[in-house]
Amino acid sequence: MLFRVMTTDGLLIIGCAAANAQGAKPNDAQIAHIAYTAGNIDIQSAQLALEKSKNKDVRAFAQDMARDHKAVNDQALALVKKLNVTPQDNDTSKALVKQAAAEREKLSKLSGAAFDKAYAANELAFHETVDGALKDTLIPNAKNPELKDLLSTGLKIFQGHQEHAQMLVNELK
Amino acid sequence: MTFRIAGPLAALSLALMAAAPASAATIEVTIKQLVFSPAQISVKPGDTIEWVNKDFVAHTATARDKSFDVQIPANGKGSLTVSKAGTFDYYCRFHPMMKGQLQVAAP
Repeated sequence: MLFRVMTTDGLLIIGCAAANAQGAKPNDAQIAHIAYTAGNIDIQSAQLALEKSKNKDVRAFAQDMARDHKAVNDQALALVKKLNVTPQDNDTSKALVKQAAAEREKLSKLSGAAFDKAYAANELAFHETVDGALKDTLIPNAKNPELKDLLSTGLKIFQGHQEHAQMLVNELK
Repeated sequence: MTFRIAGPLAALSLALMAAAPASAATIEVTIKQLVFSPAQISVKPGDTIEWVNKDFVAHTATARDKSFDVQIPANGKGSLTVSKAGTFDYYCRFHPMMKGQLQVAAP
Protein backbone atom coordinates (compact mmCIF):
# COMPACT_ATOMS: atom_id res chain seq x y z
CA MET A 1 0.00 0.00 0.00
CA LEU A 2 2.78 2.37 0.94
CA PHE A 3 4.63 1.83 -2.31
CA ARG A 4 1.51 2.28 -4.35
CA VAL A 5 0.95 5.70 -2.83
CA MET A 6 4.57 6.61 -3.49
CA THR A 7 4.38 5.55 -7.10
CA THR A 8 1.22 7.49 -7.78
CA ASP A 9 2.81 10.45 -6.09
CA GLY A 10 5.92 10.23 -8.23
CA LEU A 11 3.97 9.87 -11.41
CA LEU A 12 1.83 12.92 -10.70
CA ILE A 13 4.69 15.25 -9.89
CA ILE A 14 6.91 14.21 -12.80
CA GLY A 15 3.78 14.35 -14.96
CA CYS A 16 3.39 18.00 -13.96
CA ALA A 17 7.02 18.64 -14.79
CA ALA A 18 6.50 17.26 -18.28
CA ALA A 19 3.36 19.37 -18.66
CA ASN A 20 5.36 22.46 -17.74
CA ALA A 21 7.82 21.66 -20.47
CA GLN A 22 4.98 21.37 -22.94
CA GLY A 23 3.41 24.68 -21.97
CA ALA A 24 6.70 26.55 -22.15
CA LYS A 25 7.98 24.96 -25.41
CA PRO A 26 11.49 24.20 -24.20
CA ASN A 27 14.42 25.22 -26.38
CA ASP A 28 17.26 22.86 -27.31
CA ALA A 29 19.49 23.97 -24.41
CA GLN A 30 16.63 23.24 -21.98
CA ILE A 31 15.72 19.97 -23.68
CA ALA A 32 19.32 18.78 -23.40
CA HIS A 33 19.29 19.76 -19.71
CA ILE A 34 16.03 17.92 -19.02
CA ALA A 35 17.18 14.74 -20.79
CA TYR A 36 20.56 14.79 -19.05
CA THR A 37 18.93 15.43 -15.67
CA ALA A 38 16.50 12.55 -16.11
CA GLY A 39 19.39 10.25 -16.98
CA ASN A 40 21.36 11.36 -13.95
CA ILE A 41 18.38 10.77 -11.68
CA ASP A 42 18.10 7.21 -12.88
CA ILE A 43 21.83 6.63 -12.38
CA GLN A 44 21.47 7.85 -8.78
CA SER A 45 18.47 5.57 -8.22
CA ALA A 46 20.52 2.69 -9.58
CA GLN A 47 23.35 3.52 -7.19
CA LEU A 48 20.92 3.48 -4.28
CA ALA A 49 19.59 0.09 -5.42
CA LEU A 50 23.12 -1.28 -5.67
CA GLU A 51 23.81 -0.10 -2.12
CA LYS A 52 20.60 -1.48 -0.67
CA SER A 53 19.37 -4.47 -2.63
CA LYS A 54 20.53 -8.05 -2.34
CA ASN A 55 18.14 -9.30 -5.02
CA LYS A 56 20.06 -10.60 -8.04
CA ASP A 57 17.51 -9.41 -10.61
CA VAL A 58 17.13 -5.98 -9.01
CA ARG A 59 20.92 -5.54 -8.91
CA ALA A 60 21.29 -6.64 -12.53
CA PHE A 61 18.56 -4.19 -13.56
CA ALA A 62 20.22 -1.37 -11.62
CA GLN A 63 23.56 -2.12 -13.28
CA ASP A 64 21.88 -2.04 -16.70
CA MET A 65 20.29 1.33 -15.88
CA ALA A 66 23.55 2.85 -14.64
CA ARG A 67 25.45 1.63 -17.71
CA ASP A 68 22.87 2.63 -20.34
CA HIS A 69 22.03 6.04 -18.88
CA LYS A 70 25.71 6.86 -18.54
CA ALA A 71 26.22 5.87 -22.19
CA VAL A 72 23.34 8.12 -23.31
CA ASN A 73 24.49 11.01 -21.13
CA ASP A 74 28.06 10.69 -22.43
CA GLN A 75 26.65 10.98 -25.97
CA ALA A 76 24.60 13.98 -24.89
CA LEU A 77 27.62 15.71 -23.36
CA ALA A 78 29.68 15.09 -26.49
CA LEU A 79 26.87 16.46 -28.64
CA VAL A 80 26.30 19.68 -26.68
CA LYS A 81 30.05 20.27 -26.75
CA LYS A 82 30.14 19.72 -30.50
CA LEU A 83 27.14 22.01 -31.01
CA ASN A 84 28.57 24.53 -28.59
CA VAL A 85 25.34 24.53 -26.60
CA THR A 86 25.30 25.08 -22.85
CA PRO A 87 22.51 23.03 -21.27
CA GLN A 88 20.14 25.42 -19.55
CA ASP A 89 18.52 24.70 -16.21
CA ASN A 90 14.76 25.17 -16.20
CA ASP A 91 11.61 24.54 -14.16
CA THR A 92 11.13 21.03 -15.53
CA SER A 93 14.67 19.99 -14.61
CA LYS A 94 14.27 21.59 -11.17
CA ALA A 95 10.97 19.78 -10.59
CA LEU A 96 12.53 16.49 -11.69
CA VAL A 97 15.45 16.90 -9.28
CA LYS A 98 13.19 17.89 -6.40
CA GLN A 99 10.84 15.01 -7.01
CA ALA A 100 13.70 12.53 -7.35
CA ALA A 101 15.19 13.67 -4.05
CA ALA A 102 11.85 13.03 -2.35
CA GLU A 103 11.60 9.57 -3.93
CA ARG A 104 15.13 8.68 -2.88
CA GLU A 105 14.34 9.81 0.65
CA LYS A 106 11.35 7.44 0.75
CA LEU A 107 13.25 4.58 -0.86
CA SER A 108 16.20 4.95 1.50
CA LYS A 109 13.90 4.20 4.46
CA LEU A 110 12.88 0.85 3.00
CA SER A 111 14.82 -2.39 2.94
CA GLY A 112 14.63 -5.94 1.68
CA ALA A 113 11.67 -6.96 -0.46
CA ALA A 114 9.83 -3.71 0.32
CA PHE A 115 12.71 -1.72 -1.12
CA ASP A 116 13.00 -3.97 -4.18
CA LYS A 117 9.31 -3.66 -5.01
CA ALA A 118 9.25 0.10 -4.48
CA TYR A 119 12.40 0.59 -6.57
CA ALA A 120 11.01 -1.52 -9.41
CA ALA A 121 7.63 0.26 -9.31
CA ASN A 122 9.36 3.65 -9.31
CA GLU A 123 11.56 2.66 -12.22
CA LEU A 124 8.53 1.62 -14.21
CA ALA A 125 6.68 4.84 -13.41
CA PHE A 126 9.77 6.95 -14.04
CA HIS A 127 10.44 5.44 -17.45
CA GLU A 128 6.78 5.67 -18.44
CA THR A 129 6.81 9.34 -17.62
CA VAL A 130 10.18 10.11 -19.19
CA ASP A 131 9.27 8.17 -22.34
CA GLY A 132 6.00 10.08 -22.55
CA ALA A 133 7.79 13.41 -22.12
CA LEU A 134 10.38 12.50 -24.77
CA LYS A 135 7.75 11.38 -27.24
CA ASP A 136 5.20 14.16 -26.72
CA THR A 137 7.32 17.15 -25.74
CA LEU A 138 11.09 16.90 -25.97
CA ILE A 139 11.53 15.22 -29.38
CA PRO A 140 8.83 17.28 -31.18
CA ASN A 141 10.30 20.53 -29.81
CA ALA A 142 13.97 19.74 -30.48
CA LYS A 143 15.22 21.90 -33.36
CA ASN A 144 18.71 20.52 -33.96
CA PRO A 145 18.50 17.30 -36.03
CA GLU A 146 21.39 15.63 -34.16
CA LEU A 147 19.76 16.36 -30.82
CA LYS A 148 16.45 15.05 -32.17
CA ASP A 149 18.23 11.86 -33.35
CA LEU A 150 19.93 11.30 -30.01
CA LEU A 151 16.66 11.82 -28.14
CA SER A 152 14.95 9.38 -30.50
CA THR A 153 17.62 6.74 -29.91
CA GLY A 154 17.36 7.49 -26.19
CA LEU A 155 13.60 6.93 -26.37
CA LYS A 156 14.12 3.47 -27.91
CA ILE A 157 16.64 2.57 -25.20
CA PHE A 158 14.34 3.84 -22.44
CA GLN A 159 11.35 2.01 -23.91
CA GLY A 160 13.53 -1.08 -23.52
CA HIS A 161 14.08 -0.11 -19.88
CA GLN A 162 10.36 0.39 -19.40
CA GLU A 163 9.65 -3.13 -20.64
CA HIS A 164 12.51 -4.50 -18.55
CA ALA A 165 11.13 -2.65 -15.49
CA GLN A 166 7.68 -4.11 -16.15
CA MET A 167 9.21 -7.61 -16.17
CA LEU A 168 10.98 -6.86 -12.90
CA VAL A 169 7.77 -5.58 -11.29
CA ASN A 170 5.99 -8.77 -12.40
CA GLU A 171 8.79 -11.00 -11.06
CA LEU A 172 8.75 -9.31 -7.65
CA LYS A 173 4.99 -9.67 -7.17
CA MET B 1 55.67 -47.91 -41.60
CA THR B 2 54.11 -45.47 -44.05
CA PHE B 3 50.80 -47.28 -43.79
CA ARG B 4 50.82 -47.15 -40.01
CA ILE B 5 51.33 -43.36 -39.97
CA ALA B 6 48.87 -42.69 -42.75
CA GLY B 7 46.17 -44.74 -41.01
CA PRO B 8 45.66 -42.61 -37.90
CA LEU B 9 46.27 -39.39 -39.85
CA ALA B 10 43.64 -40.29 -42.40
CA ALA B 11 41.21 -41.14 -39.64
CA LEU B 12 42.01 -37.85 -37.90
CA SER B 13 41.47 -35.75 -41.01
CA LEU B 14 38.18 -37.52 -41.64
CA ALA B 15 37.13 -36.73 -38.07
CA LEU B 16 38.08 -33.08 -38.55
CA MET B 17 36.11 -32.87 -41.76
CA ALA B 18 33.09 -34.29 -40.00
CA ALA B 19 33.42 -31.84 -37.09
CA ALA B 20 33.96 -28.74 -39.23
CA PRO B 21 32.48 -29.15 -42.67
CA ALA B 22 34.06 -26.98 -45.36
CA SER B 23 30.71 -25.26 -45.81
CA ALA B 24 30.59 -23.79 -42.26
CA ALA B 25 29.70 -20.13 -42.68
CA THR B 26 29.64 -16.94 -40.64
CA ILE B 27 26.34 -15.13 -40.77
CA GLU B 28 26.23 -11.52 -39.69
CA VAL B 29 23.34 -9.92 -37.82
CA THR B 30 23.55 -6.14 -37.46
CA ILE B 31 22.12 -4.31 -34.47
CA LYS B 32 21.22 -0.72 -35.13
CA GLN B 33 18.79 1.50 -33.27
CA LEU B 34 17.84 -1.46 -31.07
CA VAL B 35 16.80 -3.70 -33.95
CA PHE B 36 18.27 -7.09 -34.95
CA SER B 37 18.66 -7.17 -38.72
CA PRO B 38 17.84 -9.54 -40.26
CA ALA B 39 15.53 -10.48 -37.43
CA GLN B 40 15.27 -14.04 -38.65
CA ILE B 41 18.13 -16.13 -40.00
CA SER B 42 18.49 -19.73 -41.15
CA VAL B 43 21.78 -21.48 -40.44
CA LYS B 44 23.31 -24.95 -40.31
CA PRO B 45 25.03 -26.69 -37.40
CA GLY B 46 28.67 -25.56 -37.39
CA ASP B 47 27.80 -22.08 -38.68
CA THR B 48 28.75 -19.04 -36.63
CA ILE B 49 26.42 -16.11 -36.05
CA GLU B 50 28.17 -12.82 -35.49
CA TRP B 51 26.19 -9.94 -34.02
CA VAL B 52 27.66 -6.57 -34.95
CA ASN B 53 26.44 -3.85 -32.60
CA LYS B 54 26.31 -0.35 -34.10
CA ASP B 55 24.63 1.09 -30.99
CA PHE B 56 26.43 2.92 -28.19
CA VAL B 57 24.77 0.69 -25.58
CA ALA B 58 25.48 -2.98 -24.92
CA HIS B 59 23.02 -5.68 -25.92
CA THR B 60 22.63 -9.44 -25.53
CA ALA B 61 21.30 -12.22 -27.72
CA THR B 62 19.61 -14.43 -25.18
CA ALA B 63 17.67 -17.56 -26.07
CA ARG B 64 14.16 -17.83 -24.61
CA ASP B 65 14.98 -21.43 -23.71
CA LYS B 66 18.21 -20.19 -22.06
CA SER B 67 20.36 -22.34 -24.37
CA PHE B 68 22.59 -19.36 -25.18
CA ASP B 69 23.30 -15.90 -23.81
CA VAL B 70 25.70 -13.88 -25.96
CA GLN B 71 27.07 -10.58 -24.64
CA ILE B 72 27.39 -7.91 -27.32
CA PRO B 73 29.35 -4.85 -26.13
CA ALA B 74 28.52 -1.31 -27.27
CA ASN B 75 29.98 -0.77 -30.76
CA GLY B 76 31.35 -4.32 -30.53
CA LYS B 77 30.67 -7.86 -31.58
CA GLY B 78 29.45 -11.10 -30.09
CA SER B 79 29.37 -14.52 -31.71
CA LEU B 80 27.89 -17.96 -31.31
CA THR B 81 28.66 -21.21 -33.13
CA VAL B 82 25.54 -23.31 -33.31
CA SER B 83 25.59 -27.07 -32.92
CA LYS B 84 22.01 -28.07 -32.24
CA ALA B 85 19.19 -28.08 -34.79
CA GLY B 86 15.99 -26.27 -33.90
CA THR B 87 14.23 -22.93 -33.84
CA PHE B 88 15.49 -20.53 -31.21
CA ASP B 89 13.70 -17.31 -30.33
CA TYR B 90 16.02 -14.84 -28.73
CA TYR B 91 15.86 -11.34 -27.28
CA CYS B 92 18.02 -8.70 -25.61
CA ARG B 93 17.95 -9.00 -21.82
CA PHE B 94 18.62 -5.27 -21.45
CA HIS B 95 15.98 -4.13 -23.94
CA PRO B 96 13.48 -7.01 -24.10
CA MET B 97 11.50 -5.59 -27.02
CA MET B 98 14.49 -6.47 -29.24
CA LYS B 99 13.64 -9.86 -30.72
CA GLY B 100 15.19 -12.27 -33.18
CA GLN B 101 14.94 -15.84 -34.34
CA LEU B 102 17.54 -18.42 -35.25
CA GLN B 103 16.54 -21.40 -37.35
CA VAL B 104 19.14 -24.15 -37.27
CA ALA B 105 18.50 -26.76 -39.95
CA ALA B 106 19.06 -30.45 -39.26
CA PRO B 107 22.57 -31.47 -40.43
